Amino acid sequence: MPQIFPPRSNLFARTSILGVLVLLAAAVAGGAWYDHSSAVTKVGVPIEQPVPFSHPLHAGALGLNCRYCHDAVDQSAFADIPPAETCMSCHSQIATDRPSLAPVQESYQTGKPIEWNRVNQLPDHVFFNHQIHVNKGVGCETCHGRVDQMNQIAKAHTFYMSWCLECHREPEKYLRPLDNVYQMGYQPAEDQAALGSRLVQEYDLMSEQQLTNCSTCHR
Amino acid sequence: MTIDSHEEGRPLDLASFRQQLATRKGREYWRSLNELAESEEFEEAVRQEFPRQAVLLGSLNRRDFLKVLGASLALAGLTACVPQNAGKILPYAVPPEALVPGKPVFFATAMPFGGYGQGVLAKSEMGRPIKVEGNPRHPVTQGASNLFMQASILDLYDPDRAKSVTNQGQPSTWDDFVAAVGAAAGANAGAGLRILTGTVTSPSLAEQLNAILAQFPQAKWHQYDPVGRDTVRAGAALAFNQPVDVHYRFDLADVILSLDSDFLFREPGSVKYGRDFSARRQPTQSDTPLSRLYVVESSLTLTGSNADHRLGVKPSQVEGFARALAARLGIDAGGAGGEGVPGENWLDALAADLQSAGEAALVVAGERQPAAVHMLAHAINEALGAVGNTVVYTDPVELSPVDQLASLRELASDLDGGQVDLLVILGGNPVYSAPADLSFAEAMPKAGTSVYLGMYADETAALATWHVPAAHFLEMWGDIRAVDGTVSIIQPLIEPLYGGKSPQELLAALSGQGTASGYLMLREYWQANIAGGVQPTPSAGEEQPTPSADETQPAPSAGGDFETVWQQALSDGMLPNTSLAATSAPLQVNLAALPGAAAAPNESLEVVFEPDPTIWDGEFANNAWLQELPKPLTKLTWDNAALFSPQTAEGLGLQEYDLVELSLRGRSVTAAVFIQPGQPVGVVTLSLGYGRAQGGNVLAGTGFNANAIRTSEAPWFDSGLEVRKTGGTYQLVTTRDHTSMENRNLVRSATLEEFMQHPAFAQEGEGELPSLYDPVQYPGHAWGMAINLNTCIGCNACVIACQAENNIPTVGKDQVDRSREMHWLRIDRYFKGSPESPEVFFEPVPCMHCENAPCEPVCPVEATSHSAEGLNEMTYNRCVGTRYCSNNCPYKVRRFNFYKYVDDVSEPLKALRNPDVSVRSRGVMEKCTYCVQRITAARVQAEVEGRTIQDGEIRTACQQACPTNAIVFGDINDANSQVRQLKETPLNYALLGELGTRPRTTYLAKVKNPNPAMVEQA
Repeated sequence: MPQIFPPRSNLFARTSILGVLVLLAAAVAGGAWYDHSSAVTKVGVPIEQPVPFSHPLHAGALGLNCRYCHDAVDQSAFADIPPAETCMSCHSQIATDRPSLAPVQESYQTGKPIEWNRVNQLPDHVFFNHQIHVNKGVGCETCHGRVDQMNQIAKAHTFYMSWCLECHREPEKYLRPLDNVYQMGYQPAEDQAALGSRLVQEYDLMSEQQLTNCSTCHR
Repeated sequence: MTIDSHEEGRPLDLASFRQQLATRKGREYWRSLNELAESEEFEEAVRQEFPRQAVLLGSLNRRDFLKVLGASLALAGLTACVPQNAGKILPYAVPPEALVPGKPVFFATAMPFGGYGQGVLAKSEMGRPIKVEGNPRHPVTQGASNLFMQASILDLYDPDRAKSVTNQGQPSTWDDFVAAVGAAAGANAGAGLRILTGTVTSPSLAEQLNAILAQFPQAKWHQYDPVGRDTVRAGAALAFNQPVDVHYRFDLADVILSLDSDFLFREPGSVKYGRDFSARRQPTQSDTPLSRLYVVESSLTLTGSNADHRLGVKPSQVEGFARALAARLGIDAGGAGGEGVPGENWLDALAADLQSAGEAALVVAGERQPAAVHMLAHAINEALGAVGNTVVYTDPVELSPVDQLASLRELASDLDGGQVDLLVILGGNPVYSAPADLSFAEAMPKAGTSVYLGMYADETAALATWHVPAAHFLEMWGDIRAVDGTVSIIQPLIEPLYGGKSPQELLAALSGQGTASGYLMLREYWQANIAGGVQPTPSAGEEQPTPSADETQPAPSAGGDFETVWQQALSDGMLPNTSLAATSAPLQVNLAALPGAAAAPNESLEVVFEPDPTIWDGEFANNAWLQELPKPLTKLTWDNAALFSPQTAEGLGLQEYDLVELSLRGRSVTAAVFIQPGQPVGVVTLSLGYGRAQGGNVLAGTGFNANAIRTSEAPWFDSGLEVRKTGGTYQLVTTRDHTSMENRNLVRSATLEEFMQHPAFAQEGEGELPSLYDPVQYPGHAWGMAINLNTCIGCNACVIACQAENNIPTVGKDQVDRSREMHWLRIDRYFKGSPESPEVFFEPVPCMHCENAPCEPVCPVEATSHSAEGLNEMTYNRCVGTRYCSNNCPYKVRRFNFYKYVDDVSEPLKALRNPDVSVRSRGVMEKCTYCVQRITAARVQAEVEGRTIQDGEIRTACQQACPTNAIVFGDINDANSQVRQLKETPLNYALLGELGTRPRTTYLAKVKNPNPAMVEQA
């Protein structure tokens, strides 16, 4: 009886086993890639807002300090989205007839809040505190990116726990002098390693063990 | 999956109990009679840590179970794949003044309770009040609180509150009401107008009432509080022929005798009394010698539990005891030699002790006792020289002290006679709470029109023509006097959620002022009374039998212009210098002329009515926190019961949980039997506030209505009670046997004498255990807690404070029965000695935060871990709910969410949550965190300011609430910290220290101060 499968079928069988493995690996890798892509993490994806506010204009060209609008950032866990009143402190005189500002004027007059679309949100079991971070030399830019270059604001990092831990484990890699916290495009004037370790001392930072206690962020 | 569904809340079988008690040795400290007798039921309960945990799956077969399991796993996995919707973010249009978003703001206000103001600080998170604490500047609360203040925040957000004005049960509007009532009030010079309030101490409300009485001269004002102080008023009137308020200074008293007074719980000044009393119960502080407390009482109360000598008697026998004591002290009390008085063998030693204390002695008569006992107490205090030292008299704080029962009786008869055209009821729910003989429910509909201002659609609202939703005290403007007279300002933290109105606003509508602003009325009143020194409008009501406000109340001194004083008052929560000065009140009675006490026949069963230890007179009946809170002595939840002593129950052939019909003067009520050690023989105690018919979903189906047999002749105790078994039973749920740690040496106590001889009695035979490991170092802070059993009075304020602070859910009666209550902090109540007259001990048990925590190594997912500062952390998002940690915890302080207990559906309750604490869902373990959110907040503040955390800067919720400073938290690495110093006293001991868990929470053993000369009662 002649053999149904010629010897080259063996090769086919081997290749297809290998092929399935490769496909599986590709699927896993693809899944992981997709999960970390901006389609899921929304990193770098601009978010439509009711008012086309331009950070490059206000924070970049005009050079307003972050705290002019986000005034609670160094006093409270919450950085604060500016009330319409803050906008109106300038826009009652500047560009008063621009149609894009109508929602702000309306909010100021009616007392009804503007519904901004949230850009960064941590899960409910994470308790992040802006106040301690900006007071200990973590720049706005470190987490929020070059806001002064985002025509429409977008998330700059994943905010995964592993990402938070990078800094909680080695804060010296990221700390800035307090004068530069609100500066965009900051470059350390000296070697970051030396500066960082000096700042860790100066700020009397908690030990790595304390910074990575579960209750530091979860409670 | 068919685990035996053993009943945790099993009744007690008295006959077998006696038998077991006779044959076994029993335990020194015990929590229930079952435990004392080491009954099989108890042992079984202990073996099953989570009784009936699988009962809901019991009917599934294996295949269905696997299906359910697979489906739940698949669904649980899927939820993790959905990216969170980032949602919207809404800033203010114009931000409120001085608000930093994300930072809490505190407002000083006052909580009205029984007519008196309790100064509180309310915490507001972005406009949402979320927590109530005592106001540290307030002279009465001094930063402390009680369970009612702590729980009041839940009432604010209660979804069951009345939400609209109703007319004949149909929705209506405030404007319609204003129009209707304004027209009705003035008819016939107010001849048919009757106003019923509770006790009134608010100066502005009193002025309004007086103005209305002037406007409508024929109108009448009645007052009634279900837990009133008529006996106190009558006693003072008997003794001094004038209305006088009596204040006690427990901090100055060496020897205290309570004649049926529960001053640690029931008096309007209880928070302060608790603090003062505990200040003299610190055996390690040599500058303040221990006081000694004798209690003669007719029910086991908190005060009796804290006594050095306690005597349980029938309520009618207290007067005889007081007379006999007076006679021993040389006061002619009229025909009482003391023969046949219970506690005869107390009298000589007690009299001698009181006499030797002299001006530092103090006799306190209870609100439950008749005027004669109060008068005798006044006479004894006078004779001992205590007046002016431990007893202080002032003018009455109330603006119109009247006999409230007489006042209500008059109203009921006017109603019956059809003389009332317009009845205005300002709170209080009299249809439920009025004594049964007044038949208020039948009388009230005879009024032409009735108006009820109440927070709930309750029994009174159902009968009222108009029901106006009342504002919660955190929603309204007002003023009120504290028990010492201090004028406290009530200011709102939030707009009325359901359009509630304050009493002032309702009265304004009544007097034809339409819709007046509560704020402007209050401001105008005080502007007139502070700045110009203008006195309140004199009372025009001819029928007012007592001095009106202007004669008895001092005007607050004007310091500076009004605006400054007013702003300061709003900031402090009170007006300065408004407490009442001590007055002298000469005794003016002939004791011998008093009629002899009509002693009830000895064999007669007596009944005692008392405000419920958690829901008071029913005011808090719809508060789930208070319903679920185990009552301090019975540990019952969600119900009241008829309390019998073991001996009485046995004599009547009653078993626990039997339903009995209690008949008194021709009326009867059915109640369940509960056997309470320490209950006096022949006395049945019933607490008020339960058995409600209407008023919310929480209170539905709870308990038995004691008001059904309570009469206006004998509102607090009566004799001639008849008990008949109905044959039925009722499932009561008590936590007395839950989370038992069995007969280990958990409570330690000694007498003062023993303590002097062996100061380290609590630590005997204990020391550091050897270890193969190097000790873990805690170089920074090391958080720890000391709980002082000497000062803990068992009041439960800490438990509710913890619940409010940490978003702890309630679980319901059925789940409590399965030992699933969620309280992170529980108070274990132990008895010692005989079941008839045991000593009582309270022991609050939070997480011990063990340095060698047994829960940590058994967690498969590292959801519970140890922090660098020694906190035993719980990370909810990691927890998968194996419950290994709970099984391995020797202290039984871990709580598991068997279901999604948290109500995240009801909209108002969402605003109640503390935003700094996670809201836990189903399948997650939780436990006391030492209020880690408060530690973090203090640390952030200290680090930003570049300093270290100061001792006392972090106070846990339980510590802050505690009226007696029994809980102290701090850094045990700091040699000067208060907690370290407490831990260094010889009284310090650890629970189950022999296990080597090295708990951070430790206890100070209790030292009692009995009279060495005293012959103990059998």
